[in-house]
Amino acid sequence: MRTYLDFEKPIADLEARLEETRQLAKTSNINVSEAVEVLEQSINRLRQEIFQNLTRWQRVQLSRHPDRPYTLDYISLMCDEFIELHGDRTVRDDPAMVGGFGKIGDQTVMIIGQQKGRNTKQRQHRNFGMPNPEGYRKALRLMKMAEKFGKPIITLIDTPGAFPGLEAEERGQGEAIARNLKEMFMLTVPVICIVIGEGASGGALGIAIGDRVLMLENTWYSVISPENCSTILWRSWNFKEQAAEAMKVTAKDMTSFKLVDGIVDEPLGGAHNDHQAMAQHLKTVILDALTELNALSPDERINQRIDKFCSMGVVVE
Amino acid sequence: MSWFVRKDKGIQTPTELKREAPDGLWYQCPNCKKAMQTREHKLNAYTCIHCNYHEKVGSEAYFSILFDDNEFVELDAAMTSGDPLKFVDTKAYPDRIRATMAKTGLRDAVRTAYGPVNGEMVTMAVMDFAFIGGSMGSVVGEKIARAVDHAIQNRTPFLMVSRSGGARMMEAGFSLMQMAKTSAKLALLSNEKLPYVSLLTDPTTGGVTASYAMLGDFNIAEPEALIGFAGPRVIRETIGKDLPKGFQSAEFVLEHGFLDFIVDRKDLKARLSTLFAMLK
Ligand SMILES: [Zn+2]
Repeated sequence: MRTYLDFEKPIADLEARLEETRQLAKTSNINVSEAVEVLEQSINRLRQEIFQNLTRWQRVQLSRHPDRPYTLDYISLMCDEFIELHGDRTVRDDPAMVGGFGKIGDQTVMIIGQQKGRNTKQRQHRNFGMPNPEGYRKALRLMKMAEKFGKPIITLIDTPGAFPGLEAEERGQGEAIARNLKEMFMLTVPVICIVIGEGASGGALGIAIGDRVLMLENTWYSVISPENCSTILWRSWNFKEQAAEAMKVTAKDMTSFKLVDGIVDEPLGGAHNDHQAMAQHLKTVILDALTELNALSPDERINQRIDKFCSMGVVVE
Repeated sequence: MSWFVRKDKGIQTPTELKREAPDGLWYQCPNCKKAMQTREHKLNAYTCIHCNYHEKVGSEAYFSILFDDNEFVELDAAMTSGDPLKFVDTKAYPDRIRATMAKTGLRDAVRTAYGPVNGEMVTMAVMDFAFIGGSMGSVVGEKIARAVDHAIQNRTPFLMVSRSGGARMMEAGFSLMQMAKTSAKLALLSNEKLPYVSLLTDPTTGGVTASYAMLGDFNIAEPEALIGFAGPRVIRETIGKDLPKGFQSAEFVLEHGFLDFIVDRKDLKARLSTLFAMLK
């Protein structure tokens, strides 16, 4: 069963009609091929129209689409082999942060990312993609291991934020994220970070210090979610659309401010509309970026990484 | 860069000083409600002589407590905030900045300076909570970054005094990346083997805790300071019950292993000097 967002509803209606027409062909002798073709063309046109004019808030909605590919989906679609690795070696394994060695093309890479769940049970197990401190420490352990074996690091970012819970505070959520920021700057191997869904605040940044930071077309990345921004600045949940506009949270915005390095196009209708095509395109983007980054020395990569982030900010003096 | 040598109090009037009695002679402690002379309070490093409550003072107070004879050179004193997003909520961001500058006499939420601390040069950055809740925007990130550069170039220790509610939403993505920028600079400082002391004061939360405030070689805090990543209200809403007493206090954070020690503000200068001397 597919899920349709409010602005995808017109597409859903046409797709339902298409399905009816196909059923009709099965149960009768009527030739429907012409009707099917017309409907398919209209669906395509409608998709193009809708997806050309998305508001910022609609992109936020798409980033959270329940049918969107998650980290483990990308891993299984992009990697010929993958060995998942668990645990931070201190407290426990955090199911909201996954990682392991995988093979993309001929290249062995360490892939790490936040993981959301598909159904109620999985969502709870994955804590809605909100890592605890041990998730960030597991990520750092795996990054250090990748560095040790000279393998590039790919991080996939998809989180509504680091978990704001009691135990998370006891175990130093702030310290865990802070340490990752500092350590990631000094990693000697190439680091590519891709926002595949939600990029909420420090919880996203905690695995997003890289030589290339990219955002998929229908994702958002900012210091706070539009809803929470609305609650704090407008003192009401109802200004989330305005908050998304004011904070300029999309891939296009973040690229134009040079706060990320680029946009990865999604298939027509969004990543959820064609997992296979999305993953194949992302794989190409990753391999191209790795070719560029492998040509640099570790020192060059580290210096460029530091210089890039240090140039972010606008002040008057 | 501008010189501020032996600057007397009274040129600026940060809000932290406005709680003084109208005639400026008496200070009433907001914790125990007892009164004391303003002069007495100041000489006591802005802590209550009755209950030891640490008043939430800002950069001016810390500079006067720490630098010998209040002698220091301020860095990037003229830097102010831009408005890269043309951000408007219930107010336009530049209007908010202007109003806050007028109200506080400050330019932004951090001031950076260097000067002698018991004769040894120290570079420091001190946050001002009075300026939009000590929120971290581009100015905060850039001033801290440059202060760390200054420490590296002049081979001095670096002290960061944090007091912040976290990110500055009106700078959205730019605010977030200040966490990255400051962490990058602190990684460079660390490579130079220069000491970094992070003093966390009441309150230190959000993106500040998740970046420079927790990256000290020495993470230290003032007594009873609220220290956390998520704020208490958010956590209460998440877990759906009241928080245990003392949760996220400096003492709690020390007990859980994220602080080296808690320091009374009256002892801060001496403790810092002892520590820096030991590392020489
Ligand atoms: Zn008192």
